[in-house]
Amino acid sequence: MSSTTETIMHMNERAGREKTLFGFWLYIMTDCVLFASLFATYAVLHKSTYGGPDAAELFSPSFVLTETLLLLTSSFICGLAMLAVHQRRKTMAMALFFVTFLLGAAFLGMEFSEFSHLVSEGNSWARSGFLSGFFTLVGTHGLHISVGLLWIAAMLVKLAKRGFTEANVRRLTMLSLFWHFLDVVWIFIFTIVYMMGVM
Amino acid sequence: MIANWLLGRLNWDALPSEMITIGGAIMMVLSLLAIVAAITYFKRWKWLWREWITTTNHKRIGIMYIVVAVVMLLRGLADVLMLRAQQATSVGASNGIITSDTFQQVFSAHGTIMIFFVAMGLMFGIINLVLPQQLGARDVAFPFLNSVSFWLFAAGMVLINTSLVIGEFSAAGWLAYPPLSEAKFSPGVGVDYWIWSLQIAGIGSLMSGINFTTTILKLRTKGMNMMKMPLFAWSVFGSMVLVAFAFPILTATLSMLYLDRAFGMHFFTADGGGNAMMYVNLIWAWGHPEVYILVLPAFGMFSEIVSTFSRKRLFGYTSMVWAIWAIVFLSFTVWLHHFFTMGAGANVNAFFGIMTMLIAIPTGVKIFNWLFTMYKGRIWFTSPMIWFLGFVYLFTIGGVTGVLLAVPGIDFQVHNSLFLVAHFHNMIISGVVFGFFAGLTYWFPKIFGFSLHEGLGKLAAWLWIIGFMLAFWPLYILGFMGATRRLDHYDASLGWQPLFIVAGIGALVICAGVGVQLLQLGYSIWKRKELKDTTGDPWDARTLEWATTSPPPEYNFAVLPEVTSRDAFWEAKQHKTSLTSDKLEPVLVPKNSAAGPIISLGVFVAAFGFVWHIWWLVILMTLFAVAAVMWRTLSDDESERLIPVGELKELERLSKKEQAS
Repeated sequence: MSSTTETIMHMNERAGREKTLFGFWLYIMTDCVLFASLFATYAVLHKSTYGGPDAAELFSPSFVLTETLLLLTSSFICGLAMLAVHQRRKTMAMALFFVTFLLGAAFLGMEFSEFSHLVSEGNSWARSGFLSGFFTLVGTHGLHISVGLLWIAAMLVKLAKRGFTEANVRRLTMLSLFWHFLDVVWIFIFTIVYMMGVM
Repeated sequence: MIANWLLGRLNWDALPSEMITIGGAIMMVLSLLAIVAAITYFKRWKWLWREWITTTNHKRIGIMYIVVAVVMLLRGLADVLMLRAQQATSVGASNGIITSDTFQQVFSAHGTIMIFFVAMGLMFGIINLVLPQQLGARDVAFPFLNSVSFWLFAAGMVLINTSLVIGEFSAAGWLAYPPLSEAKFSPGVGVDYWIWSLQIAGIGSLMSGINFTTTILKLRTKGMNMMKMPLFAWSVFGSMVLVAFAFPILTATLSMLYLDRAFGMHFFTADGGGNAMMYVNLIWAWGHPEVYILVLPAFGMFSEIVSTFSRKRLFGYTSMVWAIWAIVFLSFTVWLHHFFTMGAGANVNAFFGIMTMLIAIPTGVKIFNWLFTMYKGRIWFTSPMIWFLGFVYLFTIGGVTGVLLAVPGIDFQVHNSLFLVAHFHNMIISGVVFGFFAGLTYWFPKIFGFSLHEGLGKLAAWLWIIGFMLAFWPLYILGFMGATRRLDHYDASLGWQPLFIVAGIGALVICAGVGVQLLQLGYSIWKRKELKDTTGDPWDARTLEWATTSPPPEYNFAVLPEVTSRDAFWEAKQHKTSLTSDKLEPVLVPKNSAAGPIISLGVFVAAFGFVWHIWWLVILMTLFAVAAVMWRTLSDDESERLIPVGELKELERLSKKEQAS
């Protein structure tokens, strides 16, 4: 390969990274709008219990706090993993992403058990407008977490196979953005759905 | 039991039973078979796969969008002929040509198809064909994502048409208001088809919005700062920002409606603590911006056309840009005017009424700027200019009726009447459709290398303009007389029939216009040698897309142009200078990928499973689509191909030769 060709490939990679990250930020913005719609719906419906239980009767603050701590810790570990990526320490990065994965999976497991507990007591999504809004908002976040877990798994395979290529670093940067974004959404869910609900 | 598990709600009753739907279904299946047979006979499958289905080139994707949109336009027109025939004949003792139930399906289909699969398709088609070249770029920011967007759009289109053969179309109107669209009152699959085809196509549009916004912000050529961008690019920018903000609301709303229908949730139901008016709020928080998503690019096209054919720079460029952003902002503050009669109270209605009237100001700024551009210009009356003049005249009238409707007191009188129907067709047809036809005529030689026949184009434009007035002026009058929309029968003593007959004649004149357009296309293909564009710049135009050959090579520009002013290409022509250096460098182009169509296939079948409640199919095909995405992310490190200088020189020589011959 001639040196001009190499320069072009290199310049293209840098431009590619910039536009992909920009595009990903835009995607996150659109996802914010999606969640905003669901939050707005929940806000409208949160009193529509139709004779069923309301938030104060259903939610346990300590359980949700544990969930929250799991997710926040996973976000912190994900940040550490990105530091390892920038130092190009492969084993360390992979180990930390694996811990992120485990914490995320534990969070998801807790959410699942909360959901099945609610359903088993007859308080499913079909019970009232309030519960429809609750299951959809929190479930959508959970669905995002599941996608994030799949993505982490895929990136672990890619890292093992190819190491820190330009493309892989770019993808990991997006992955960590996504993970932190889900954390932020959860903070709002924690505050609006659970804390304001039980108060 | 096992059949229930295997097929969900699907059984033999799903096949059409009414004469008119049977006819339509047979027609559709036969034409599909004919296409498949023709491709096999001419041994074109491989070509189709390699050159079109797996392509990631923005120009090919653009052409595919337009082909889909044109086919859907014909379907939407067939629907409207049925509606017009019904309303012209179903009076007094006569019950017209179709049953009430079919009538409801037909008007729902007409609205849905025309907005989602015609207007959106033409818009994304033209943007794909023109935008990258206008910015001096080689492709869009994410060529692969572009392919996924298109195939999701195509999957949505196929799904909505599947309902004609298997099942039924929604009878709940183009926006499916609950509680009518809830499972209790629409237990069939029609609404589910509607939800899922819009959901799929909508997600495709959302990804396009992200793609084009990034393209505009990151891929402009050297020297083109924002205020040197052509106005079409500005208008696409505004429109795509709206897409990014509005379409997630549609995604959420459609999901909630489906959750209500399939899983017994209570978002919008009449019981269980649901709130039907919340749906109406949400759908219009998407729906009103959607109108501007469609019309802004049409405005952009007119800006290019007027300035080119008036031989003048666009009047008031800066105010045009600000007008776009004023419209973008205001379009999110007016949604409640679609339901003033909901009873939100006088102050709320007054606020939204005033915001609605405010939109007339930036739009008026644009109209005047176009007229001032023409003032003292050397105007060349080509067919795009005929479309433009028709637009100025008709769109302004439509705008005035819109301001009228923005007054809550008047709206209470004409709410849901034919006056409203006339108003929004006035905006969509003379604004969006005329704009896109003008744009297609204008850019046709750039895309295909030969122009469309001018005489037939002018005839088509005149037929559309006259047909439009015949079809919709009577509806304004009927609206004042009290005729409501979606009316399939009325009493003879009302005296409405003559006006409905005039409207029917108008629809036929518009159909004649479409016929002439098809004739124009066929005739131009036949005479393509004589209509050939040998210069790359047949209109003596001003923007960068005309600086390359017609049709442009895969990479658009061998050397990226460098601009220093707004109409750089025009100035370069005047001063006989060049925008590019002669120094060739290797060029990167995106490789083909089968992942786009494969992912969309998975999504399509999964959506079919959702419609019929075939849950194993949903799970299987969702996994299939996820696996396809993973396969793509795990293997896309080599998604681009490098064209070395030697090959580039040869390609350039060939495309110049082909253009000159």
